[in-house]
Amino acid sequence: MKNLVTALFLCCALALAQTHPAVAIHNAKIVTVSGSVINKGTVVVRNGLIEAVGENVAVPSDAMLVEGEGLTVYPGLIDALSTWGQPGAAPAAAATATAGRGGRGTTTTAAPATTAATQAAAPARGPEDRPQTTSWLKIADEVTGADRRIETARNAGFTTAVTFPTRGIFGGQGAVIDLLTAEKSGEMVVASPVGQYISIGRSGGGGGGMGRSFPGSLMGYIAYVRQIYLDAEHYKLVKDAYGKNPVGVARPEYDRALEGVLDSPRILLPANRLVEIDRMLHLAADLKQPVILYGGRETFRPEAAELLKKFHAPILLSMRWPEASRDADPDEPDSMRTLETRDKAALAPAVLQKAGVKWAFYSDGLDAARDLQRAVKKALDNGLSREDALRALTLSPAEIYGVANRLGSIEVGKIANLVVTRGDIFDDRTRVEMTLVDGRKYVPAPEAAPMGGRGATTDPGVN
Amino acid sequence: MKKLLCATLLAAAPLCAQTYVIKNATVMTVSKGTFKGSIVVKDGKIAEVGEKVMEPADAKVIDAANQYVIPGIIDCHSHIAVDGGVNEGSVSVSSMVDIKDVLNPEDIAIYRALAGGVTTANILHGSANAIGGKTLPIKLRWGKDAEGLIFEGATPGIKFALGENPKRAGNPTGMAINGQAQQGRYPATRMGVEDVIREAFNNAKAYKAEWDAYDAKKTGIPPRKDLQMEALKEVLEGRRYVHAHCYRADEILMLLRIADDYGFKIRTLQHVLEGYKVAKEIVAHGAGASTFSDWWSYKAEAFDAIPYNAAIMQKKGVLVSLNSDDAELMRHLNTEAGKAVKYGGVSENDALAMVTLNPAKQLGIDNRVGSIEVGKDADLVIYDKFPLSDYAKVQKVLIDGTVYFDRDNEVSGRGMKQAEKQKLIDKEKQNQQRTPPGAPTRRVGQ
Repeated sequence: MKNLVTALFLCCALALAQTHPAVAIHNAKIVTVSGSVINKGTVVVRNGLIEAVGENVAVPSDAMLVEGEGLTVYPGLIDALSTWGQPGAAPAAAATATAGRGGRGTTTTAAPATTAATQAAAPARGPEDRPQTTSWLKIADEVTGADRRIETARNAGFTTAVTFPTRGIFGGQGAVIDLLTAEKSGEMVVASPVGQYISIGRSGGGGGGMGRSFPGSLMGYIAYVRQIYLDAEHYKLVKDAYGKNPVGVARPEYDRALEGVLDSPRILLPANRLVEIDRMLHLAADLKQPVILYGGRETFRPEAAELLKKFHAPILLSMRWPEASRDADPDEPDSMRTLETRDKAALAPAVLQKAGVKWAFYSDGLDAARDLQRAVKKALDNGLSREDALRALTLSPAEIYGVANRLGSIEVGKIANLVVTRGDIFDDRTRVEMTLVDGRKYVPAPEAAPMGGRGATTDPGVN
Repeated sequence: MKKLLCATLLAAAPLCAQTYVIKNATVMTVSKGTFKGSIVVKDGKIAEVGEKVMEPADAKVIDAANQYVIPGIIDCHSHIAVDGGVNEGSVSVSSMVDIKDVLNPEDIAIYRALAGGVTTANILHGSANAIGGKTLPIKLRWGKDAEGLIFEGATPGIKFALGENPKRAGNPTGMAINGQAQQGRYPATRMGVEDVIREAFNNAKAYKAEWDAYDAKKTGIPPRKDLQMEALKEVLEGRRYVHAHCYRADEILMLLRIADDYGFKIRTLQHVLEGYKVAKEIVAHGAGASTFSDWWSYKAEAFDAIPYNAAIMQKKGVLVSLNSDDAELMRHLNTEAGKAVKYGGVSENDALAMVTLNPAKQLGIDNRVGSIEVGKDADLVIYDKFPLSDYAKVQKVLIDGTVYFDRDNEVSGRGMKQAEKQKLIDKEKQNQQRTPPGAPTRRVGQ
């Protein structure tokens, strides 16, 4: 019965996930990212891992053969900051506004609840109430293959996402997941926890949340983050001392918020404007936390690249380039600063690349192939090379999250996440022929248009 | 070419401190009289002042014939250059927050204030709480980053507020937000404001005692560091100045009593519109007063104000400054000082001191700024006419010996800036017409 359901499911979905002991893609162009391009070669995949890659690799007799003539094999794309795998979750966005009007969105939209995380019923009266904090939450425990965006993203060439719980100030711990339509969500998780997602809101009004919940201002958010790390440091001292000698000592209270903070290998902080990049880098340095910034709208400014280099901090660039609001009053033009940002934002990748800053792209709510492809094209038009664009969606995010030994390039022993295209992956008319995630083959629905088209239109299990 | 490059650099971010001689000017030193003469600026400092000076060979000459030079104006109460709100209004004691964390060096109000002759400003948290956030003075170094604004070495402050504002959120009849009645925030009365401050300092004393005990021995695990208490501990230790927003005589006396009880000082009373009624007590406590020239009746507690406030307090021995509390008013503090001459007959020099040397003393930075003296920072403003006049226009502003505002450059550069902006607007319009707006593709079933 269950098998029948699964079979039906797959038929409906028109996306065939097949497991084979081995797959060999033969006579294809192989863009390894870590090494040089192999113009005609073979990749062999077995048990979810890359078994062999090269010009003169023999096809194993038991392997399912994919004739690769005219095809190009890339490492599967990685979304460096995502909410894929969490059905109904809002995209992770830089929760800070650009100065002036015309900036897109001011705060991360509160996502529909995906977890037990709840908004505190009573307003927070100060940092001690741990407002908007679910730092203990591990998204690895929550992800599911039932998120229909997974297939859309896969059809756009993505095989991996670094997905984060994004509610509140301390959202929780992110995980690197493979974009499988898996029965057991545990199969999806590659690494966890990989970082704590922090969003910093901004207050609009002058009252700063008079009598409402703490924090009500940007400085309140920052003070709260500072206090949490002071508390975590103290908590650790007390806890360690108690651990060494608990007899006859009053037991320290267990604090899940601080446990979550202490478990995080790094933090993610939002920063779009130059002043925010400066502010957040200094904040992370004060907190003594390894940091990844996200947003990066003003990183086309050379000062931003200088700062990032000085602090040795990587940055994740939103693939949503800023655009003028269509409802903007034509008689009231935006400030020069805003106009300039919209004009030059897409220069950022090339500027960062040239400056030697470690950076990666993130989807920021885009998942349709057409939109992602258009976003990359804009960066290419603004001076980014194809190689660097590919790296920013493969090996660079893997390096930033410390999983480059397993993901991000086509090398023996790495996880078999591949995308196979007909044509250059960033070209207009290119189509994704198949993706391999953990060695499992997924073929986009036949009517799914080329990358320049609409992407797959089927959503398994929904409708 | 080199000249062009230097001009561009100057426009973007003034960099190099050059040696200047400002000649033939009427120099109003504020501390040492007014005379016709010259000022030598070297390495960011005032190197020489006098009717005759030694002109260094490499000096650039600024001929200020028929013009006036005054020390850079200091605004003791400002809220410019702040990102994301000046109030943390959720709690009645918000001393955990710090303006320093949210300085915004890109705020255009900085440049506009600079064009009004202001070189230093005390950036305060708002007045939503009995005890507000941490504050600090900045220099208006337009083009520098946030850290570059900070007045290095200056004692930081904290904002207190009395009266209507801090009790407003406690009004159980008001504050419906989106049709939802809000839970009132304590306090709702002036009595409550006093209680909040006293209780906070009771806690701060206990906190301080805990830390003092630890610091004496330095063994074992240190106490928990609490940002809210840490700021008040610094107040008790005299390492952080209290700038208290207040209006009425009774609440002013109330605050001075609290400070005496707990053994700390109120550095400045801000607004202090009824200060003239209790000037003697203010002097006895040693607080400074930073007030408006002639602004009142905008709310109940501001009805008993008089324009003679500054003059009367000054006569009684209070250290008085005039502030803006407003990005627009900030641009003509020189004429605010002029009003002190009209109301109460303050001398021109004393009036000018109310926006230069007096606020410098109130902020504890008079060793660096506030008057034109050898060794002080070269923070100078050149006016074309007598500076207390409505007709006076700022020609040049120097901070640390660097020209941060030049009226000629500003006026002549406007056309170019406008054209540049228009170009971007046109380009965007063209692009929009060429390609349909890039809304994300909607998927079937979404």
